[in-house]
Amino acid sequence: MVNLGDYKGQTPTWCMGCGNFGILSAFKNAMVDLGIEPHQFTIVSGIGQAGKFPHYLKCNTFNGLHGRTLPVATGIRLANHEMLVIAVAGDGDCYGEGGNHLIHAIRRNINVKLFVHNNQIYGLTKGQASPTSMEGMRTKNQPFGVFSEQLNPIALAIALDCSFVARSFAGDMEHLKGIIKEAINHKGFSLVDILQPCVTFNKINTYEWYRKRVYHIEPEYNSSDKSEAFKKAAEWSDKIPIGIIYKNNRQILEERISAIKDTTLVRQVPELSKLQSTIKGFY
Amino acid sequence: MDYSIKIGGEAGQGIQTIGDTLAKVFSRYGFHVFTHQDYESRIRGGHNFYQIRFSDAPVMSSRDKTDILIVFDADSLKFHEPEVSEDGHIIYDSAILKQKYSKQKFLDIPFVDLAVQNSKNKIMANTVAIGAVLGMFRLDLGILFELLKETFSKKGEDIVKGNVASAKAGYDFAKNNCSRCNFFIKKTNNKPFILVNGIEAIALGAISSGCKFYSAYPMTPSTGIMNYIADKEAEYNIIVEQAEDEISAINMALGASFAGVRSMTGTSGGGFALMIEGLALAGMTETPVVIALGQRPGPATGFPTRTEQAELQFVLNAAHGEFPRIIFAPGTPEQAFYLTNKAFDISDKYQIPAFILFDQYIADCEWTFKEFDLKRIKYNDYRLRADAFKSLKEYKRHAFTDSGISPFGVPGDAKHLVVTDSDEHDEEGHIVEDAETRIKMIHKRLFKKVPLIKNEIEPPLFYGNPEPEIVLVGWGSTYGIIMESVDRISKNKKIAMLHFSEIYPFPSIEKFDYLKILNNAKISICIENNATGQFAKLVRTETGFDFKNRINKFDGRPFTLDGLVSDINKKVVNTNG
Repeated sequence: MVNLGDYKGQTPTWCMGCGNFGILSAFKNAMVDLGIEPHQFTIVSGIGQAGKFPHYLKCNTFNGLHGRTLPVATGIRLANHEMLVIAVAGDGDCYGEGGNHLIHAIRRNINVKLFVHNNQIYGLTKGQASPTSMEGMRTKNQPFGVFSEQLNPIALAIALDCSFVARSFAGDMEHLKGIIKEAINHKGFSLVDILQPCVTFNKINTYEWYRKRVYHIEPEYNSSDKSEAFKKAAEWSDKIPIGIIYKNNRQILEERISAIKDTTLVRQVPELSKLQSTIKGFY
Repeated sequence: MDYSIKIGGEAGQGIQTIGDTLAKVFSRYGFHVFTHQDYESRIRGGHNFYQIRFSDAPVMSSRDKTDILIVFDADSLKFHEPEVSEDGHIIYDSAILKQKYSKQKFLDIPFVDLAVQNSKNKIMANTVAIGAVLGMFRLDLGILFELLKETFSKKGEDIVKGNVASAKAGYDFAKNNCSRCNFFIKKTNNKPFILVNGIEAIALGAISSGCKFYSAYPMTPSTGIMNYIADKEAEYNIIVEQAEDEISAINMALGASFAGVRSMTGTSGGGFALMIEGLALAGMTETPVVIALGQRPGPATGFPTRTEQAELQFVLNAAHGEFPRIIFAPGTPEQAFYLTNKAFDISDKYQIPAFILFDQYIADCEWTFKEFDLKRIKYNDYRLRADAFKSLKEYKRHAFTDSGISPFGVPGDAKHLVVTDSDEHDEEGHIVEDAETRIKMIHKRLFKKVPLIKNEIEPPLFYGNPEPEIVLVGWGSTYGIIMESVDRISKNKKIAMLHFSEIYPFPSIEKFDYLKILNNAKISICIENNATGQFAKLVRTETGFDFKNRINKFDGRPFTLDGLVSDINKKVVNTNG
């Protein structure tokens, strides 16, 4: 039986009170609940404070480049679709630098679980605006406030018919744990946008700010209704919904590929006996 | 005997079909064949040509002179009429060109009319032209008929019959109407040859090496590799994923490689510019990957469908930081096949990126070879899998070892964790900041591996006079043209070639002292398809040898045999005088 101690990794270097601690703890608890052992999955991460996440755990890890988390995760999953592949990213990492990859990972519907630590600010580079920073937020780089519209990752994902779209909050561990488990159990590309206070650089979207606004989506909400999902996605003012916002049963990429119909790519021994006949094709 | 046929016309007129078919017929006859193509970056229209040279002796370059010119548009005539030899022929269909030519060289063959009469299908005008060429050479039609059956049997009996009848009509017409045709065909006892271009050879090399994952973004001239592997996807169980961009392509390949399969990507300079971040990631995480880099003229979009060897310094220096890499530049499709296999082997063995640096010219050129020797193909699985991985007591992905090579476990195959990082990391793969680990990691990744990799590198190929006064030096795709230039000039000069196809790490002189040959020669000329002499610079950097003579061609076109021989002769005369 796997227990929390099995997941103890390096000591985090995050700031005291960082929302990432809540995510780390919720994640470990979710894995223990699911009975998944550390070697049975791989976490791919990019750059930023979220990028360090797998080092503070025990698991197979590919900590790659800023924004390139999803292509690496896609490659790992295609090579070994029997392995659970998790991608963790920050809002700058995934919605900024890696925006193109997010769009195409959703389109492919590769069965990868993406957890975005969304603190609405660049933490590692010390406090610049991110794609999810609210309009008007002032930073050293944006002295007159952010001019651009705040990116709505939930609406973007629904528009792309993402297989699983959810939002949770780092300050609500039980809720977050439940959502992580649902995302892992869902078959299809799963995006979980996790509201995560940055205690050092984001003085607007604090624990208190979120606590006043977030509410659990009603149990009777129908997450397969796309137009209802768009309505929920649009809520971002006094009330911010958390929970599963949209879900569908699109076929996953791995099931469409004949090369891995019988067995995963890493278990296959290259079949080179056919080469002679392939070369005959050049006569 | 040594004949050249050139087919000119607009894109979409079937120039390539005619060329491919004729080349295949000649190679099945046991003739040596060399083909090269020239096309514009457009789907229809423009001026394209396809050139075939065939002979009873090996051929590996294109000549300037043409014996038969087939023209489908007025431009082809304008551009190529001067290249037709004294007793050569220009064949055309006055109905297509809407013009009749009375000069002796011209032969008006009603391609379209004969096609319609024999098959009720004017598309078969191309088959009439193919038949006509064989008629001019008086080569029998059996092999062509076989080929037409193989090609068209899927489309039904009528299409096969129509093609056969059209070919026969073209054959008879040319045979009966070409009063000047006086070709001498020397029959060979050769068995049929295989006919392969550079792209196919790289793709085949990858499949033969057990490549299981190929991701790329389409870009000329590397797209053909993806097409070929995708065509064999089901047969060999390979995943081919068309990525959203080159950044994604290389990162996907690295992900698949990390997970435990051999992976590859392909691109050209512009796409490679985007991949460089991923290249550094491969260097830091010690993840094997093979990159097929097809050079074309730049900067920026340059000449999309033309050729150049101007990315050598780029690929040598690409990416930040210091880490080992291998660069192979095959000179023939045959070398491309074996070197792709070697690239996979070394890349996996040393956990480093490996490049196949080719160019548009070698990508498209077809050559004839005796069948590739599959016994020469090396396949070792260097990964720690299943029981071998499980049985380890302790495992660290980036463990310090005497060889610098750390054990590479397949994640999930054991309880051991496989951890790697683009940040500097410790033996377990976790982020560190301390100076001591950094130094040890550089020793492991770089200093320990490089001498071992260098040992695997074969010396350049030496060809020609054993004590040459003139040495021609080339790398990559110029192999055939330089070799044939040596053959031509060797009749009255002591001349030889040094050809480099394994170019980085640069071959040492321990296995073969090529520097001695260069130092002893009166004239050494570095021949390159670029403006600045990038290989000459590499030679100087690595060996201190400074070329005083260079021939550089940078008009986006490959060297031709006649052109290069004339350039070499000028250099030799100037140097002597």
